[in-house]
Amino acid sequence: MWRQAKWDEPLITEYKGNGRVGTLIPHDDSLRKEITLNIPENLKRRNEPNLPSISELEAVRHYIRLSQMSFGVDTGFVPLGSCTMKYNPKVEEKISDVVSGLHPLQDSETVQGILEIIYEMQLMLAEITGTDICSLQVPAGSAGELAGVLMIKKYHELKERFSRDEMLVADTAHGTNPASAAMAGYKVIYIRSNKEGLVDIDLLREVVGEKTAGFMLTNPNTLGLFEENIVEIAKLLHNVDAKLYYDGANMNGILGLVRPGDMGFDIVHLNLHKTFAVPHGGGGPGAGAICAKGDMVDFLPYPIVEKKNGKYAIDYIPKHTIGKIASFYGNIGNVVRSYVYILGLGAEGLSMIGKLSTLATNYIISKLRNVKGLDLIAPYRPRKHEVVFSAKELARDKGVTAFDIAKALIDRGFYAPTIYFPPNIEESIMIEPTETEPKEVLDSFAEALTEIVREAYNNPNNVISSPTNTTVGRIDQVTANHPSTITPTYRVYRLRQEGKVKSLQ
Amino acid sequence: MEMHPWLPNLKYTEEMLKEIGVNDIMNLFSDVPQDLILKRKLNIPYDKPLSEYEISQRLNELKKKNLELKYPPFIGGGLCPHYIPEAVKFIMSRSEFYTAYTPYQPEISQGLLQAIYEYQSLMAELLEMEFVNASMYDWASAIAEAVLMAHRINRRKSVLLPSNMNPYHREVVKTWVYGKGIKINELPINSTSGQIDIEKLEQINTDDVSAIYIQQPNFYGIFEENIEYIVDFAKKKNIITIMGVSPLSLGLIKPPGEYGIDIAVGDGQEIGLPLNYGGPLMGIFAVRWDSQLVRQMPGRIVGLTKDEKGNRAFTLILQTREQFTRREKATSNITTNETLMAIGSAVYLSLLGKHGLRDLAEEIYVRSHYAKKKFEELGFKSPYSGEIFEEFVIQFPKNYNLIHSSLLNKGIHGGLQLNDYCALFCFTEVHTRVMIDELVKNIAEVV
Repeated sequence: MWRQAKWDEPLITEYKGNGRVGTLIPHDDSLRKEITLNIPENLKRRNEPNLPSISELEAVRHYIRLSQMSFGVDTGFVPLGSCTMKYNPKVEEKISDVVSGLHPLQDSETVQGILEIIYEMQLMLAEITGTDICSLQVPAGSAGELAGVLMIKKYHELKERFSRDEMLVADTAHGTNPASAAMAGYKVIYIRSNKEGLVDIDLLREVVGEKTAGFMLTNPNTLGLFEENIVEIAKLLHNVDAKLYYDGANMNGILGLVRPGDMGFDIVHLNLHKTFAVPHGGGGPGAGAICAKGDMVDFLPYPIVEKKNGKYAIDYIPKHTIGKIASFYGNIGNVVRSYVYILGLGAEGLSMIGKLSTLATNYIISKLRNVKGLDLIAPYRPRKHEVVFSAKELARDKGVTAFDIAKALIDRGFYAPTIYFPPNIEESIMIEPTETEPKEVLDSFAEALTEIVREAYNNPNNVISSPTNTTVGRIDQVTANHPSTITPTYRVYRLRQEGKVKSLQ
Repeated sequence: MEMHPWLPNLKYTEEMLKEIGVNDIMNLFSDVPQDLILKRKLNIPYDKPLSEYEISQRLNELKKKNLELKYPPFIGGGLCPHYIPEAVKFIMSRSEFYTAYTPYQPEISQGLLQAIYEYQSLMAELLEMEFVNASMYDWASAIAEAVLMAHRINRRKSVLLPSNMNPYHREVVKTWVYGKGIKINELPINSTSGQIDIEKLEQINTDDVSAIYIQQPNFYGIFEENIEYIVDFAKKKNIITIMGVSPLSLGLIKPPGEYGIDIAVGDGQEIGLPLNYGGPLMGIFAVRWDSQLVRQMPGRIVGLTKDEKGNRAFTLILQTREQFTRREKATSNITTNETLMAIGSAVYLSLLGKHGLRDLAEEIYVRSHYAKKKFEELGFKSPYSGEIFEEFVIQFPKNYNLIHSSLLNKGIHGGLQLNDYCALFCFTEVHTRVMIDELVKNIAEVV
């Protein structure tokens, strides 16, 4: 029986202490005597900030209790589709003394070690993706997408094609694709999937034309299916000199086996916090890479590390660069973590990742294939990194939704799969097991899901009333979001009590 | 491959394939055009898996290639070296935070949600603003998102950026707004004070100005003293105000909320986070209590609510702004942010508390002013007269290049070169009197 910790833990801002401090700062009394504070009167802060005043023990105990009411890969299985929640090897933490104290504006001769890592990563990721060169400027996947669509934009602008204002996106795409395209000023055109869950190539043929700037695609797609017509898709795009963009969020299912560059993709982003085992940190920080092939390399964000006469320098600027995406060089601390991960696998290990993650997905499918209430589109096509089941029938017959199933799973100590995504599958449940979960865990997860669905048919209320073993029960979303009760910070809570904030109109 | 610590099913493939009903893993790739399948091993310098010991050795070898500096570098430019208490690192390395995903399932993620909420809350108190998001990538992208947000609100096509803002940030803003065709116009500065020139402000045509940005203290470490005037000017013309702040300085000086700023941004690096060679950092993003601003805010936000039994609970709020529901109509494409860094900053602010924060800001003030005094005693002056904090510019009679390399020969990393004769220096609580004296003495010897 699984039970989650349940501390009645106040907010840190509610701690009553006063006249306490949690850490001492270095003090130089002689300097204090020598230098007088001389802040212009109109710049002085009027009110002391309302921060706590607590001892180190209070702070530590508070945050330890909060951590106990959280759930990560080290706690249990996190089968979140499209997120690749694989195990984060602990040896990655060795990196902190290589990188944590380095200032990004130090002279390059003082940071040759870290530049060597970045340089090696640029080359290794280009080889892994089948592209020519990678920039590690992008702090996350979405930032990579933004870089990619801006590269496409600049490419067409240089050719003075100002009417190319359409970006094609598959209807199964991650929400980030259309969001990134819109940020770059593109009109988004959705390409519907066919009955097999793949890009409808006939439809694509009709849509692609002189207004098409590019096509953002992920392969395998979010249903876990490989777009088998990819070579033809690439030809269609390239015939009108439009660019094919690879969303790397799903790369894990083909890692070491199939390379986006070989499929005809011109630009590729990678999520190092998915495919290359950087821990997710509760939602970040991640790290990214943006890689390009052929004439697109000139558009990459700068700077890129170069090796000249045996020395490394971080000042290479591609000819038509779109500029910088992040303040400095990207999330290097995490780039080094993924470097460690690659070292721990080598070429030999990397070649197994796509195979073993695909094996795990299809193994789960074989366990759930015949469960009444869980349906599959194109049921006999092999999946890659993930699989999407539909609980449409169950919702219709018993009123038990994908949302309810998710809550029943967290009640049994599994994190829930991704639900209601992709939008073209009703009541979708998207499972990604990754290659790092032992077979026994996959067995117990499949068993739990089977049991939940069976329960949904027999006693739907038992499922609909879950979770009961987690820290809290189902959340009141109305209070959370209502203009008169919305409370994004303790400050708002306080001001509302004092009658100082009105309803948010 | 035989066995591997991160691949538990290597020896189970046959058993699993049998369950699936195929006899080879490659059958699961039968839908892939066979000429796309890579027939060779990846060509990378590491062929076989390295053991943990071998990885450590490789990292040590690389670490030795970085120069071990005698003192923390005297360099800022948007990030400054600071001391990080062990308790911050200790909490940040808690598995339940560090290996968690975005808390989309609130019932099982209450601790993580509360920690993010506390970051938002502590930051709100520091800034005196009501809405804070769970973080952006860094300060630069936070400005860029603020500019894009202002454009969404008023549809105007240009933004005013002061020439004394951080140039690294400016580069990023330029890239991010290129797709929307937003024009960047220069807000001139007064060459004596180093502050924004409010007289020139009056001469700018503001018809199409969507937003105006102020950095406090600015890139040269100088406090802007005319913020009230600028905010007033902007409000009259319906221009959105964006202010970038150093969170540590807020122990002493007026927060953006007190000026009635619309959007506040900054970086959390100086409150408890490592330099990390420039990333991960932590972008701060806050808006005041105004529905138009809130609706257009980018990023994730945690809010307070209750569960079905009435227990206090936390959950992600206003999710209809985000990419996974709104797609091309989302306020931003951001998904992965810098949550763990935000939690680190929350722990740091909790430890420091209100007394510690003020104390630290004063200590930094004192140390940077002491360093400036030492420079001035030897005849080196700053080209600007404005009041400084943490960083300042010094002009030398000799090319700074030469000074810098002679310092490096002694294992001391000097300031950031701005032009042939000027450099920007940074002094924080990690730079002692002895270090400062040695730095200045060494410079004097070369000049």
